[in-house]
Amino acid sequence: MNKLVYWYHKLGSPPTFYRFAGVLRPWCLAIALILAVIGLYGGLYLAPADYQQGDAYRIIFIHVPSAWMSLFIYGVMAVAALVAVVWRMKMAEVIAMQSAPIGAAFTFITLCTGSLWGKPMWGTWWTWDARLTSELVLLFIYLGIIGLFHAFEDRRHGARAACFLILVGVVNLPIVHYSVVWWNTLHQGTTVRIFGKSNITTSMLWPLLVMMFSTKFYYAASLFGRARADLLDLESGKAWVKQIASDEEARS
Amino acid sequence: MSLHEFLSMGGYAQYVWPAYALFFVMLIADYLAAGTRRRRVLKELRGRMARQKAREARRRS
Repeated sequence: MNKLVYWYHKLGSPPTFYRFAGVLRPWCLAIALILAVIGLYGGLYLAPADYQQGDAYRIIFIHVPSAWMSLFIYGVMAVAALVAVVWRMKMAEVIAMQSAPIGAAFTFITLCTGSLWGKPMWGTWWTWDARLTSELVLLFIYLGIIGLFHAFEDRRHGARAACFLILVGVVNLPIVHYSVVWWNTLHQGTTVRIFGKSNITTSMLWPLLVMMFSTKFYYAASLFGRARADLLDLESGKAWVKQIASDEEARS
Repeated sequence: MSLHEFLSMGGYAQYVWPAYALFFVMLIADYLAAGTRRRRVLKELRGRMARQKAREARRRS
């Protein structure tokens, strides 16, 4: 426990987090890429065509992991926002704000790939069904958070306001997740279950799970990169940042 | 399975490949954005530091 508290304080300090993130970032990206190659080889090549959907179902290997990420990243932001609002921890604000564009990107990917999947299967690019609409609302919430953050002259005020918006927006998460259960929708129900049996054969399931881990590592790599750039901006008057600036000039 | 067969995706190539292209283009752009911002922040900071140094040099002379 003492060790946990120690690391919590240690990583809460910008220069330590900067160095820590710089070391982990290339590893996270490398793992994400390796897993993506394995997952997509399994999904696009090894897995058989679906008996109903033919090869069109192969969009699942990016659509579903992206959809999971759109919710997962929001969950991370909600935890960070809570820490930021309660303890005014600077690092938590950075994590919450720098996650938002990545979450928005995954939500956008989910909507577009879903649309590309919907056209051949449902005969339409878009329908105002509960799952699709709530995912679109999630995209608007992400964009609202980014907009609110940038609307303030003082960035810490902006981050604080945006953190409150994050916490309010949490109500949308269960709506997205349970939309296929609560309403009659065109969207298919849950295929993969953590508890109990999944409605999918193993040769299709394992690439999906590998892609899920790949996108998680990608998120870590991207977040570390964005947080590092943001910390340099946030602390640009401090000695440690000036040191980095002059060191990089000397090297180039 | 031949390469042609693979690329045709059972007739769904026009839906499957754009989806994958979008996925990779979005994520590559997202990843590169951080590096671009980092370089810009450091460049601006170096500019500020140089101006400050010049001001101090003028004051001393």
